[in-house]
Amino acid sequence: MTQIEISDLLKQKVHVDAVVPESDAAQAWIELQPDYLLACADVLRSDPALYFDHLACLSGVDLPEQNKIVIVLHLYSYPFEHKVVIKYFTERKTPPLLLNNQIDKTQFPIFPSVSGIWKTAIWHEREAFDLFGIWFENHPDLRRILLPPDWEGFPLRKDYTLAEKYHDIQIEY
Amino acid sequence: MIADMKSPLHLEPELNPEEVLNRASAFSPSLSELNSEEMILNMGPQHPSTHGVLRLELVTDGEIVIDVVPHLGYLHRCFEKHAEKLSYLQILPYCDRMDYLSAMNNEHTFVMGVEQMLGLKDKIPKRVEYIRVLVAELNRIASHLVAIGTYGMDIGAWTPFLWCFRDRGHILNMLEWVSGARMLYNYIWVGGLFYDLPPGFEEKCREFISYFKPKLSELNTILTENEIFISRTANVGVLPLKVAIDYGVTGPALRGSGLGWDLRKSEAYSVYPEIEFDIPVGQGLKGKVGDCWDRHWVRCQEINESLKIIEQCVDKLTGEHKRTTDFDPRAVCPKKIRPKAGELYFRAENPRGELGYYIVADGVSDIPKRCKARAPSFSNLSVLPEISRGVLIADLVAIIGSLDIVLGEIDR
Repeated sequence: MTQIEISDLLKQKVHVDAVVPESDAAQAWIELQPDYLLACADVLRSDPALYFDHLACLSGVDLPEQNKIVIVLHLYSYPFEHKVVIKYFTERKTPPLLLNNQIDKTQFPIFPSVSGIWKTAIWHEREAFDLFGIWFENHPDLRRILLPPDWEGFPLRKDYTLAEKYHDIQIEY
Repeated sequence: MIADMKSPLHLEPELNPEEVLNRASAFSPSLSELNSEEMILNMGPQHPSTHGVLRLELVTDGEIVIDVVPHLGYLHRCFEKHAEKLSYLQILPYCDRMDYLSAMNNEHTFVMGVEQMLGLKDKIPKRVEYIRVLVAELNRIASHLVAIGTYGMDIGAWTPFLWCFRDRGHILNMLEWVSGARMLYNYIWVGGLFYDLPPGFEEKCREFISYFKPKLSELNTILTENEIFISRTANVGVLPLKVAIDYGVTGPALRGSGLGWDLRKSEAYSVYPEIEFDIPVGQGLKGKVGDCWDRHWVRCQEINESLKIIEQCVDKLTGEHKRTTDFDPRAVCPKKIRPKAGELYFRAENPRGELGYYIVADGVSDIPKRCKARAPSFSNLSVLPEISRGVLIADLVAIIGSLDIVLGEIDR
């Protein structure tokens, strides 16, 4: 199935606008509204014609010039051997540097978590949370994964300033 | 006098267990939920059978593992952050250092991705592609030998480890001869290769294959078919196919669970469509499909398939695409690597599964805007808690070993 067919099917099933920007076929992707993401993801996962059972990759991308932050899903279907690229955007917010117990999630860019549909997203979303400071609603275990829990800031953001010290230890670059 | 003295222990003699739990819960909420028989045990980060700096927090009830919480990041080297500051060729050595046991496969994947973005995909000379596949498959064997050898050692078999490392040494010597380095090669370049194969390399490959085939069957006799090894691994850590797919498990672990899915076939990249080889699939020969023994067996069979691929590559490299004096492996190498604005997710089969690079280029600079690496071990490890609830601690060691993780690419 091509990206156009997939996006047509999504429109038909969930009644949302799935946008396929015009570009060459290898790089086409479908944009979904975060509000309808879970309904669409459910269709993508379980529709007998789509059946995207393999979430190959979940990546965050920071776009400060558009004031947006985006999650990119690369999905693949083992039985049908077709693939699709899904993107969902939200406004880029600057979360607090340090994560602690009194954390206010409204300061983060928020997406619904797809970990209920693809279990592999549990770790991938933790990584996006860790490195980009993106909050995933209804995630079962949202905490840092690669960095220590008391690390300040979210390093893969474009405006991140390199830490000079960690626990009073000079960091050499 | 002595009776009046109060040691710290006697300060609060009335402390009841409930109060202790309350205090504990103030310190850590999860502690109060523990039963009296359960114990938290730390495994790693410096532990021989976690295969690197992986820390596992085990909740145990006697010898039974109730839950496992993996803690990662001890080897985090900010690959993705570095990649946003470096040009494509400078990223290449960092790719080597992700999965340090199969650097050639990592390079090959990254290079193919960048070439596809540059539109060079069909311009690479066949000889270059065959050499790439040849060295990548040699590296795959070396990587599987480490997996098999250390797995035997986890279980308690010392001899196979020494045999595996002896034969891996031969491969590393050959790859050193090709590239100058033993583990981190930087040999495959965007558009070509660092150098052509050294003269006599093809013959050496043939010699290695004829030397290694009997050694491999010897290894299978002493380890794979070993009664003790079978009873330690068969029916242990059964990974059902549905769970494997749900957690994004790929590579030998997925094939061990019974799905014959290999990116070398399904994506048909490089010259793999021109090469004949099979995909070994776990059949549950000694226990259930998807147990530790199946994953180990798939790896052993894959070595055989890699030997087949190497044989065919050597035939091509001495026949159809043989060495000529005017062959320049760097002829297609671009002087400036600046892909058009766009993005690409390129994936290929690494010894541990699906290695993917998601590269976003803006079209105006020589450095990628975003370079995400999808590491196979990362997803493979995430299934560990799911399949190791209720097993013995000793079996947990067998399960970790059978997943064959490399922390360098988990932590990146």
